[in-house]
Amino acid sequence: MSSLELKDLYDGFRNPEVIKSFQKLIAAEAEKLGRTVNIMEVCGGHTHTIMKYGLTQLLPENINFIHGPGCPVCIMPKERIDHAYTLAMQEDVILLTLGDMIKVPGSHGSLQDARAKGADVRYVYSPMDALKVAEENPTKKIIFFAIGFETTTPMSAALLDVVIKRDIKNIFFHINHVTVPEVMKELIDSRDEHVNSYDHRIDAFIGPSHVSVISGSKIYAVFPEHYRIPVVVAGFEPVDVMEAIYMMIKQFNEGRSDLEIQYKRLVSQEGNLKAQALIEKYFEKVDLFKWRGMGNVPNSGLKLRDAFAPYDAEVLYKEVLPYDEIDDHKLCICGDILRGFAKPQQCSVFGTACKPSSPLGSCMVSSEGACAAYYKYGNLL
Amino acid sequence: MTKNIVLAQGNGGEENAELISKIFYKHFKNEILEKSEDAAIIDGGRLAFTTDSFTVSPIFFDGGDIGKLSICGTCNDLAMMGAKPTYMTCAVIVEEGFSVEELEKIVRSMKKELEINGAVIVCGDTKVVPRGSVDKIFINTTGVGVVQKSGISSNSVSEEDVIIVSNEIGKHGATIFANREGMEFSSNLQSDCTSLWPLVEKLLSEGIAITAMRDATRGGVAAVLNEWAKQSKVCIEVNEETIPVSDEVRGICEILGFEAYNLANEGTFVLAIKRSDAQRAVEVLKTFEEGSKASIIASVTHQHDGRVLLLSPWGSKRFMDLPTGELLPRIC
Repeated sequence: MSSLELKDLYDGFRNPEVIKSFQKLIAAEAEKLGRTVNIMEVCGGHTHTIMKYGLTQLLPENINFIHGPGCPVCIMPKERIDHAYTLAMQEDVILLTLGDMIKVPGSHGSLQDARAKGADVRYVYSPMDALKVAEENPTKKIIFFAIGFETTTPMSAALLDVVIKRDIKNIFFHINHVTVPEVMKELIDSRDEHVNSYDHRIDAFIGPSHVSVISGSKIYAVFPEHYRIPVVVAGFEPVDVMEAIYMMIKQFNEGRSDLEIQYKRLVSQEGNLKAQALIEKYFEKVDLFKWRGMGNVPNSGLKLRDAFAPYDAEVLYKEVLPYDEIDDHKLCICGDILRGFAKPQQCSVFGTACKPSSPLGSCMVSSEGACAAYYKYGNLL
Repeated sequence: MTKNIVLAQGNGGEENAELISKIFYKHFKNEILEKSEDAAIIDGGRLAFTTDSFTVSPIFFDGGDIGKLSICGTCNDLAMMGAKPTYMTCAVIVEEGFSVEELEKIVRSMKKELEINGAVIVCGDTKVVPRGSVDKIFINTTGVGVVQKSGISSNSVSEEDVIIVSNEIGKHGATIFANREGMEFSSNLQSDCTSLWPLVEKLLSEGIAITAMRDATRGGVAAVLNEWAKQSKVCIEVNEETIPVSDEVRGICEILGFEAYNLANEGTFVLAIKRSDAQRAVEVLKTFEEGSKASIIASVTHQHDGRVLLLSPWGSKRFMDLPTGELLPRIC
């Protein structure tokens, strides 16, 4: 028997015949709905899948997507990017971070601007790459600017675990990890400024699934139980998303609000207990974390526990880090887009003053943001 | 534009184009330059003329090295204008401490590639700079070619043409990424770095009606198609299924979140061919190993002038956009 190849992991999940079959099934179920349903795909990865594979074009008009705030790069407020910029500009510092965090502008510019001015900024595939950088640069301070949801948090914890066990003296952390369920609650509970009500429009959630690989599907149980909002935890291929939508509409038609897992090949109810223990060991919740486009969200951020303060760049560089509040751009309507009150094209600066190469708001920042995906793929119908 | 040069401005995409037009074109402005072709057509249409500088890390990679690249790159730009590469220059800036053995290895691979193109280096320059002033070695080559067929231009793509790619796309970019980052795959992934003149010569000798050709280097196939769509004011509609991509390249793209059509090629080119000659062009290309996966990938319409559309096998469509920024791996 031949071994499993990489392509086996996605080939079937992009099968045109399977996608078309789901298209038919969804159309038949959606007809019975008799109303429009708003489905929020919380995770930027799902937004990307929906736009890249043109799934909105395959769905009936009464299925509407609200593109959620689940893109770790997009939601990073300027205050935190200014921290990264400031740290990068310190002498003897090498700042490491993940992927397109490098492009996001703060109030003085992005990390790639800092690099153009002489700062040593590098991106890594895995936080573990920091070990090599630290070994090769013993006289430098390596600061890992850690970002991401539950998916990437265990990797930061694992790096700290190694740093402590090997007594490595020159790796430090600036923690910006955030958690998904809290911001989902915020989207439902928060008072909308324009209509002064709690009128949220979310009928169902597509649950971020790589988050659930770590944390299990259990973290979403509150939504069907407490809010009566169905959640389907879905994979990231087009077939996954189509199947999840089908499962959701069936729930509506059958009058259920359940927590279901579509992405069974990776997600369990309990998740990865070892990773959860590692997170628990090193991190604790912060009271408030500011999300770009969303404002302060209670209990949604993590920090290193006090016992690990010697590794915390935010503690070590307290004197030089800026703490001024910075408002989101006043023309930007990212908050409304994330809540489902507006679509990207309805923003007055979409595609003109706000573009992927010069983003004003959170949704344009990373390729996983709703505005960036609309701009890039065109949302053609 | 930013105050300081950022890496994204060298990506072959939007920022790169902005830098060129706002700084270089602004001051150097002239009719020939503004045609923005792979090589300038001079001397009343008789000669093609082009230059390219090469810096690559690592300098030796799977499927080639900076020497091979420096000849292929410039000769391919000439070939894309239907010109046979003839005379070339070679300027080298080399860092103090660089291994002489490696330098000779690079020059030997340049010689081998010159022979394939039937071109000769007729003058050159060597600079040695203190350690740290350059990254090991930078090579510039300039080439002159004799135009064999005139009128090939990226400004004249029309609805009568179809679009062909000469081989599987994205191999050079994927290989360099994998080699640079020390990613180890059990695969045969190699750069496609190769000289294209022999393929072009055969197409010309078979009398294929070529409208435009361009080697899909930085910015990949997406950059070429977007430039053509803009320059010729047409819409290019690409059938996603027909784009040839190897499993290895697809795999790297899956892991890192890239699109194969944004990755650089160094021996794969895009052709606009009159529809009636398209099948024959593919057959000619397929007689070469470097063209064995040649495929018709797109038609030309006026659906969205100036844009490239990507059609999925399940009936949805989206834009195939110009790459922006540096290619950065996704986060999760």
